[in-house]
Amino acid sequence: MEIEDMEQYLEEQYDIMDVCLLAGKIMLESGAETYRVEDTMMRIAKNYGIKESHSYVTPTGIMFSIETEEPTKTKLIRISDRTTDLKKVMLVNSTSRRIANGELDVPQAYRILKRIYKDDETYSLKTRIAAAAISSGCFLMMFQGSWADFIPAIIIGGLGFASVVYVHDLVLIKFFSEFMAALVIGLLAAGAVATGLGQELDKIIIGSVMPLVPGLLITNAVRDLIAGHFISGLSKGAEAFLTAFAIGSGIAVVVTML
Amino acid sequence: MDILINIVTSFIAAAGFGIIFNAPREALWKCGAVGMMGWMAYFILTLQGIGEVPATVAAAFMIAVISQVFSRVYKAPIIIYIVSGIIPLVPGGTAYNAMRSFVTNDYSEALAFAAKAFMISGSIAMGIVLSEVISQIMKQSRLKRIG
Repeated sequence: MEIEDMEQYLEEQYDIMDVCLLAGKIMLESGAETYRVEDTMMRIAKNYGIKESHSYVTPTGIMFSIETEEPTKTKLIRISDRTTDLKKVMLVNSTSRRIANGELDVPQAYRILKRIYKDDETYSLKTRIAAAAISSGCFLMMFQGSWADFIPAIIIGGLGFASVVYVHDLVLIKFFSEFMAALVIGLLAAGAVATGLGQELDKIIIGSVMPLVPGLLITNAVRDLIAGHFISGLSKGAEAFLTAFAIGSGIAVVVTML
Repeated sequence: MDILINIVTSFIAAAGFGIIFNAPREALWKCGAVGMMGWMAYFILTLQGIGEVPATVAAAFMIAVISQVFSRVYKAPIIIYIVSGIIPLVPGGTAYNAMRSFVTNDYSEALAFAAKAFMISGSIAMGIVLSEVISQIMKQSRLKRIG
């Protein structure tokens, strides 16, 4: 009887660990701040009665260990793919709140997280491209562009965002897809001005490039640095800088040719 | 008229960014509202002749504070609201001018623009830090009151 109890206890430890790691993985892959990932995992462990847990999260991997009566268990998972899906961050966050309220036991929580993990993105690619296009037009107006350039900025911004997505599908190098998208934007803007469809080249380019700007990375880098996560903060800052550099060089190619 | 155009376009642009980042549907108008208020703070301050750097600090601070309030009220991570608001403040135009001057070998002009873009990025960070400080002070004083 005692051995059976022990076995059940062991199994449950593993489940708690799986729940924590899955929650951390979803959050990190969806673009949450590093300190929030650590915080969520440790909170879940604590709410399931683990007295001590340690987590170490970087943008590319999670290390997590829980201490029980048994020897300490530690797991490492590698994160290779990061996208931006704020809805998943919110769903995991609310699941963690429900765990804290004692509404969910371990298997239930695991099932819910698994469902969140497999969830499709909220918006289709077409919707997102349309949103990027309309945003580009709006940014043009915010930067004191003229209404004559509104439609060209919408079209060019949409095509630029579409090309970053499609080139990234072909070549899995983020730097290159951003460079190509910026190049497409620059060429189309130059073409629009040359044919008289657009008027101010600078304004059209700036407006259309805005959907590519690494806003989430910049914000997360700052918030991670404040929270004392220097490795994550600096590496996200470096990623943001690389993106900015890729966009800049893509546009620079076109400006040089003019 | 100019202000009206800015109100509408900044709302739509920030909500559009909510869609690009896959923010939940019910959060989209909040993303738009945060972005609109931040941009209006920046726009009105620069219209009054205040420099871009202090205006950016003020706008980033405002965005961060409103996002804090939204995240408390709607019990959602602050990052959802703050990101869409910050985007319009990113010094895209200045960075573009810097890069353009570099390419045309106008280095002194380019460095001036680059320094300005760097300062504006720093002030975005400054605004976020300031709001974080205030929220922590508020949290502590509330704890003291209870305890």
